[in-house]
Amino acid sequence: MFSYCTDPSSLEGLVWLSCYLTSGTHLLFYASFGTVLILLAITAPVALLFGYGGAMAARSSIAPLRWFGKLYTSMVRGVPDIIFFLFVPIALDQGFEWLRHQALCDSSQPVWQGNDFVVCDAAKLPLNTSAAWVHDAYGIFLAVIAFSVVFGAFAANVLFGAMQAVPRAQLETAEAYGMTRRQVTRRVLVPQMWTYALPGLSNLWMILIKATPLLFLLGVEDVVYWARELGGAKTSAFSYPHPDWRLYYFLALLVFYLLMTWASERVLGRVTQRLSRGQATMGGDAQRKGAVA
Amino acid sequence: MSCTQTIIDYGLRSVGIGERLLPREGYDLCQQFTLIGSGLIWNLYFAVLALAMGFVLATVVALGKTSSSPWLRRPADAFIFLFRGSPLFIQFFIAYEALVLLPRAGVEVFGLTVQTSWLTKAWAGALIVLTLNTTAYTAQIFHGALMSVPRGDVEAADAYGMTGWTRFRRVIWPTMLRLAWPSYTNEAIFLFHATTLVYFSGFPAFQQRGDALYYASYFADRTFNPFVAYPIAAAYFVVATLLLIWLFGCVNRRLNRHLPGRGGRVRYRPLLVR
Repeated sequence: MFSYCTDPSSLEGLVWLSCYLTSGTHLLFYASFGTVLILLAITAPVALLFGYGGAMAARSSIAPLRWFGKLYTSMVRGVPDIIFFLFVPIALDQGFEWLRHQALCDSSQPVWQGNDFVVCDAAKLPLNTSAAWVHDAYGIFLAVIAFSVVFGAFAANVLFGAMQAVPRAQLETAEAYGMTRRQVTRRVLVPQMWTYALPGLSNLWMILIKATPLLFLLGVEDVVYWARELGGAKTSAFSYPHPDWRLYYFLALLVFYLLMTWASERVLGRVTQRLSRGQATMGGDAQRKGAVA
Repeated sequence: MSCTQTIIDYGLRSVGIGERLLPREGYDLCQQFTLIGSGLIWNLYFAVLALAMGFVLATVVALGKTSSSPWLRRPADAFIFLFRGSPLFIQFFIAYEALVLLPRAGVEVFGLTVQTSWLTKAWAGALIVLTLNTTAYTAQIFHGALMSVPRGDVEAADAYGMTGWTRFRRVIWPTMLRLAWPSYTNEAIFLFHATTLVYFSGFPAFQQRGDALYYASYFADRTFNPFVAYPIAAAYFVVATLLLIWLFGCVNRRLNRHLPGRGGRVRYRPLLVR
């Protein structure tokens, strides 16, 4: 990156370090922190949407929809999330390829042949001819879906509980005013539920942050991947030879995650305070008492 | 090959008893059920031992956190922050890399050579990480419960002339447990599910002795079919989780047995505090 970095073998000390830390692969490593943040930024709203859908389905008056909602909200209670992270991407990938196989190929050929999953070249996702970034983007796309499904189920749990926690009297009042079921939901239930949902959702955000290194398991080139790649011992064949430094790279990741959770905790604490203003909860009462005194 | 033979060959494969090689053909339901079930032994081993040791340590750390002396409070706070603030996955990697750096030949302590190579094995290294991790989460739960022990209970103990250790053991600690138990049940379930991470996080599966998910992913990789192996593993975990909830429910009933009208069946609600 710097002009004096052309011949790394002649450098020493801090100069060597400054060149080492700005090498091309290190820039990719720094960019992978962006991948983690992007994943968080996309997954959080999508998971919230899935969760909202799941919670509404679980409250539905249509029996099959309700069963589906209940099943979705309870699936993360008994099954480790890591199983879903391994299962969902492969299952989705095969699902997409099977659909494309039916549409694009000679569909008389079975997809399952012995212990192989075979589709014709035209049905492959992404296509063999696609650029490398398409493969990467597809991997991240599958990862985002897997995260959203799992955390959507967690969020559905939280939101369902929050909807149940809204005082029944408020909903009955709204019904007494002649509002329809839909209006009650939109005008009373949803605005009221957030204060009950927030403690659960902020915990969920913390769990989501701490689940991001699992991207590595899904084959995405994330922070863990690069920490392992860059930290591993490099022989003199490389421009920057060094012994096994993986411990230091992982300590850097540890600091990154500690900062993330610490900052989140502070922000969420503020938001909780703001949302419990004027609410008929313990937090709201405490604020009122503080204001009087 | 009959299913009985498969069970004899692979039923205890995860602890190194039976066939040396993993199945290389067939991959029928019997093989998958047997091998994934045998892997569950490791999940139970990690969960039971980590929870048992974590429970004791967490009580100590929670007491340290309530202490008025900064020499006890600060380290307890730092410990809880470190392990609750970072992902378990990263903790596994750091622990493994740190343990690998220990000298192969062992460390000299007062003239005795202490072997260190066993620490890099999953059964010891991962167990230490899981124990410390659950200690931090549990200590946070116990600390919250200690703070909510009713003042009246403590005053009643004082009135009976109980002090120090007696007061703690007979009044404060049981009340703390009673208050903390629903959250602790939740933490136990999370920890049990987290044991599936061990063999995906740097700790190698020595001679392919892995946990349930390790074998499930082995089958999924070999057959290119995730729709059989993963649901089998999931089913095992659902059953084990239900057992765990039942067991913790029994303890909860015992803790609350003196209270009229309470302590009936606890409805398990994942509190998502982790």
